[in-house]
Amino acid sequence: MRKRVLPGFGLSLGYAVAYLGLVVLLPLAALAWKASGIGLEGLVRLLSAPRTLAALRLSVGGAVVAALVNVVIGLLVGWVLVRYRFPGRRLFDALVDLPFALPTAVAGIALTTLYAPNGWLGRWLEPLGIKVAYTPLGVFVAMVFVGFPFVVRTLQPVLSSLERDVEEAAESLGAQRWQTFFRVILPMLAPTLLTGFALALARAVGEYGSVIFIAGNIPMRSEIAPLLIVQKLEQFDYAGAAALGVAMLLLSFGLLVLVSLLQRWSQRWAERSA
Amino acid sequence: MSAPLRSRPVAWPRRVVHAVLILLALVFLTLFLLLPLATVFVEALRQGLGPYLEAIKEPEALSAIRLTLLVAVIAVPMNLVFGIAAAWAMTRFEFRGKALLGAFIDLPFSVSPVVSGLVYVLLFGARGWFGPWLDSHGIKIIFAVPGLVLATMFVTLPFVARELIPLMQAQGSEEEEAARVLGASGWQLFFRVTLPNIRWALLYGVLLCNARAMGEFGAVSVVSGHIRGLTTTMPLEVEMRYNEYEYVGAFAVASLLALLALVTLAVKTLLEWRYGDEIAAHAPGGH
Repeated sequence: MRKRVLPGFGLSLGYAVAYLGLVVLLPLAALAWKASGIGLEGLVRLLSAPRTLAALRLSVGGAVVAALVNVVIGLLVGWVLVRYRFPGRRLFDALVDLPFALPTAVAGIALTTLYAPNGWLGRWLEPLGIKVAYTPLGVFVAMVFVGFPFVVRTLQPVLSSLERDVEEAAESLGAQRWQTFFRVILPMLAPTLLTGFALALARAVGEYGSVIFIAGNIPMRSEIAPLLIVQKLEQFDYAGAAALGVAMLLLSFGLLVLVSLLQRWSQRWAERSA
Repeated sequence: MSAPLRSRPVAWPRRVVHAVLILLALVFLTLFLLLPLATVFVEALRQGLGPYLEAIKEPEALSAIRLTLLVAVIAVPMNLVFGIAAAWAMTRFEFRGKALLGAFIDLPFSVSPVVSGLVYVLLFGARGWFGPWLDSHGIKIIFAVPGLVLATMFVTLPFVARELIPLMQAQGSEEEEAARVLGASGWQLFFRVTLPNIRWALLYGVLLCNARAMGEFGAVSVVSGHIRGLTTTMPLEVEMRYNEYEYVGAFAVASLLALLALVTLAVKTLLEWRYGDEIAAHAPGGH
């Protein structure tokens, strides 16, 4: 261990831990404590209720699919922004962060207006039989929107530092461009894509503001889990709300652990094949 | 350029593939990002500039703007100080539990906004841990301004710390140690050596923190109680107007938040262009 020449260890660590404890850990302890008040039987009844299951399925399932779609689109957009030069590239690059910067409620009402049957996009989709606003598809669209920047932004630094000589070697050995992409580039990007996937997933699972407007919130159909928490709170069912909150936290942590395991595995695999 | 020694046939000229990929990406970005942004301003100005300005000048809108600024003015500096303290402790010293501290700092990003608000209701609400005590002392936190501030602090806690930690890690502490050896006091060292080194990253973190603080919806909506003119921040005012079918009014307030987002993006991009090296290894996405 390095000798401590610099001052302020006690003050900075003490302040950081105390602040974190008061703002984050104490409130989360209250959540766990309140949730335990529901009892095991109550928990089973809550989590096995069809309406809860439907909401959890939509929040988790929708988030997984949205994150997968974001991996594909993020790969395309990240690739185009890093590898190609075209007019307006920097402007579009800056635009990628819009979903981070735009408040969720604003995104929510804008997406709803856009995809409503008489909206700019909705009026073209409606005749095709595609209903987006007030359906589970709308939930999915909002989830793709909020998760979009994650994959692009994780990918960009890695893409621009990717050694071109590997690609050139593959091509000089006679590989087609698409072979180089799928056999050489994609495996090298896999760990990064998984990081982006995990970030987009974590964001979408708990997303509320941008989703509730476009969802229509029809019970059993387009109702997300966070909305169920809000409803329980409005009925003063604190224990039920807390239990659902804990369930959501555990679910998203479980998913994140799963992704990080996948990531470790793909990293080892990429290193071995490199 | 290398000599054209290609022996294999090139079925698709590369330029065509590039053009198609670029076109696809731009069409997506336009339809998916630019169009929602445009919608906000078009809907806000649907009935012309007069009704737009009228909607913004209503007392509820003005009080929502004031409240949003108030919440950000408290929450952002709190997380600024925390971010500096946490980054200083984590990058300048070795101690047990450092990784755990880092994980806890990131925790708010993986908690649903609704849960971030819920936890404070469980602590300070009428039936929460401290509810009865607060009630008997006449202190209101939930359905009042302190609750809004706390929920915002929770949600935006990681921003500054996350920006500073990788940068200060990369910069190392040689300069600070040299200043120390030359006899600088702790605060002299911080203000003369550390702060100038991290100022752009700090500004970057504050910028993102502020954008989220002013735009937060889920967490704030749970603790607000939606009392018009008293506990509705701008995003909540947008929601209430929208739900009451006051579309021009809703989009008018939303357009102010969209402008804030655009300014944030512009300043962020400018910082990245000019001081990219000094912001350095910022966490991808940064939320």
